[in-house]
Amino acid sequence: MQRLTVPALLACLFAVLLWAAGTGALNVYWQSVLMFMGVNIILATSLNIINGNMGEFSCGHAGFMAVGAYVSSLLSVALFTKSQVFGEPLIGPSAAVWLFPLVLIAGALAASLVGLLVAIPSFKTRGDYLAIITIAAAYIVKSTIENIGAIGGARGFMGMSAVMSAMNETINLPWIMIWVFVGTVFSVWLIRRFIYSTFGKGVDAICQDEIAAEIMSVNTDRVKLVAFMVSCGLAGLAGGLFAHILGYVNPGTFTILKSTEIMVMVYLGGMGSLSGSVLAAILMTLLIEYLRDAFGFLNTFLHYISVIPDSYEVTQVWKWVVIPLLLVLLMQFRPEGIMGRRELADVFPGLRKFYKFKG
Amino acid sequence: MALLDVKEMTQYFGGLCAVSEFTVALEQGQMAALIGPNGAGKTTVFNLVSGFYKPTRGEIIFDGQSIKGLKPHQVTSRGIARTFQNIRLWFEMTVLDNIRIAQHHALGYGLFDCFLRTPRYMQRERDIEDHAMEVLSRLGLAEVAHELPKNLPYGVQRLVEIARALSIKPKLLMLDEPAAGLNSADVEGLIKLIGDIHRDYGIAIWMIEHQMDVVMSLCSWIKVIDFGATIAEGTPEGIQNNPDVIKAYLGDDTI
Ligand SMILES: Nc1ncnc2c1ncn2[C@@H]1O[C@H](COP(=O)(O)OP(=O)(O)OP(=O)(O)O)[C@@H](O)[C@H]1O
Ligand SMILES: [Mg+2]
Repeated sequence: MQRLTVPALLACLFAVLLWAAGTGALNVYWQSVLMFMGVNIILATSLNIINGNMGEFSCGHAGFMAVGAYVSSLLSVALFTKSQVFGEPLIGPSAAVWLFPLVLIAGALAASLVGLLVAIPSFKTRGDYLAIITIAAAYIVKSTIENIGAIGGARGFMGMSAVMSAMNETINLPWIMIWVFVGTVFSVWLIRRFIYSTFGKGVDAICQDEIAAEIMSVNTDRVKLVAFMVSCGLAGLAGGLFAHILGYVNPGTFTILKSTEIMVMVYLGGMGSLSGSVLAAILMTLLIEYLRDAFGFLNTFLHYISVIPDSYEVTQVWKWVVIPLLLVLLMQFRPEGIMGRRELADVFPGLRKFYKFKG
Repeated sequence: MALLDVKEMTQYFGGLCAVSEFTVALEQGQMAALIGPNGAGKTTVFNLVSGFYKPTRGEIIFDGQSIKGLKPHQVTSRGIARTFQNIRLWFEMTVLDNIRIAQHHALGYGLFDCFLRTPRYMQRERDIEDHAMEVLSRLGLAEVAHELPKNLPYGVQRLVEIARALSIKPKLLMLDEPAAGLNSADVEGLIKLIGDIHRDYGIAIWMIEHQMDVVMSLCSWIKVIDFGATIAEGTPEGIQNNPDVIKAYLGDDTI
C-alpha cells in the first residue's frame, strides 16, 4: 500500500492531464507551460547531481541540452518525415509513434558522450577551472552547430512539428505531452535510484571530502565519470523533448543564459536536494511565464516616448533582470536555497506515513 | 615473507627531503609503531604507502606485489586501510552511510543494477548494510548509526573513523595518531579497543602515536624517525633507553 501512494498519485495526475489536454480544458498555452515545467524539472534535477551532490560548478548544462535537442531532432526528421535536408523519410511517418522514444534515447546517449568532454578534465581540475571548462564545452557545442550549414546553422533546424502531427494522425493523443510527462517521471526516478545507492552516495562523498573518498576505496574518477554522464544524458533528454515541444530548434536558445537559468533553479531549490530542484523548477517556470508579460505598461510607455523602437519588446528581457537579481538575493539571504540539503520527507516527516522514502 | 615490505622509500617535496631511505618490514598480524618529533615525516610515510603520493625512489611491496604507483583506492582494495591525523569523515552523512561508502571496493554491482534495482543490487545493498551495522556494533557505535558525525563528540568521531577503516576488512590497518585530542579515560578505552581489534581480527596494525603509554603498551616493535631519516628501531624497552631517541625528543620538547 505504502509503496503505491506516489505511483498512484502520478497515475492520477497523468490521467487528469490527458483528459484536460484532450477535451481542451487546458488550453494550448497552459499545456506548453506545463511541458516546459517538465523539461525544467529534468534540467534542474540532472544539474543538481553535479552542482549539488558533487559540489562542482558546471555552467554548461545548456550545451548538453543542445546536443540532445539536435541529435533527436535530426533523427526524428530523417526517419519520419520528408524534409529538405534529408529528402524522403527513412522509415515513414506511421512508425513515429512507436519509435519516438528511441529517438529521445539516442539524443540522451549522444549528450552523455559529450559529457565525457567535461568529465575527463574533472579528474584533475576542480572549482573555478572546471567551471571555465564547462562554459568552453557549451560554446564548442553551440558554435559547432552554428557552423554546420546543412542543418540550418545559426538559423536553426525545423521539421519536428511534422513528426508530431504524424504521431497524432496515427493515434490521436497529445503525444508530446505524454512523452514529456514520462520523461520527467523517468528522470527523477532514475536520479533518485542513483543517488540513494551506495554507489551514488560516492558522489556526495567526493563533495564532502574527496581525499577521504579516494582513500576509503571510492574510485573517484569512475564515480565522477558516471555522474557526469548521467547528468548530461538527462540534459540531452530534456533537450530532445524541448525541441519537439517547440517544433524547431535554434542554437541561440542554448546560451550561457539558459545554463544560468538552470543553475538558479538548482541553487533556489537547495544544493543536493532532489525535491528542492523539482520544486524550484516548478516555481521558476511559473515565474518566467509571469515575467513574459509583466510590466506591460512600461513597454507601452517606452514605445510611447520612443526610447526603444516599436519592433523591440522590452517585456521579453525582464527575466534577465529578475533571475540574476533573485540569485543575488538568494546568495545574500538564504544561500542554502529553499530546502538546503534536506528532502521533502525531512521537512514534513508526516509524509513518511504515505510513502517509504529511502535514504 | 613480510606483509608490508618497504625498501629505501624516499620522498622529496621540492628541495625538502621529507622521507629518506625508509625501510620497514611488517609481518602478518604484527602491531608496530612509527614515532618521531613533529614534522619528522611520519604522516608522509603513511601517505606514501596508501598511494597518496608516489615515492621519488624506493619500493613498496604489499602481500608479495608492488603497490608503488597505484591509486589510493586501488591500494585500499588490496587490503590497506587507514585513518587520518585530522579526522576526515563525511560529516554531512550519517555514520551508517560513512561506513557503507567504504564498501565501494566490493560493490559487486554496476550503474544499471542500481537503476533497475536488480536482485543482485538488492542483495548487495542488504549485505553492505548488515556488514556496516556489524562493524558499528562491534565498536559499540550501533546507537549513533543514524547520527551525523558532526553532531558527535570528538572521541566518538575517532571511533567512527576506525570503524570505517575496519569495515574495509584490511590486512593492514594504519592509524595516524588515534589518541590525539582524547582525554585520559578515552585513551585507556582506545588502548583496550585497539588491543581487542588486533586480537579478534588478527590483522597487522601500524600506528603513529605521540602518547608513549599507547605505544609502549600495544606495540612489539617501534621505529623512530626524525627529519625523514630513521634514527632507531627496536623493541619498546630498547627504544626507551636509546640516547639518540632521547636527544631527538628532548631537543623537540625544550623549545
Ligand atoms: N604535500 C606536501 N608538500 C610539501 N611539504 C610537505 C607536504 N606534506 C608534508 N610536507 C612536509 O614534510 C615534513 C613532514 O611532514 P609530516 O606531516 O609527514 O610530519 P609528521 O611527522 O606527521 O608530523 P606531526 O607529528 O606534526 O604530524 C614537514 O616538514 C611538512 O611540512
Ligand atoms: Mg602527522
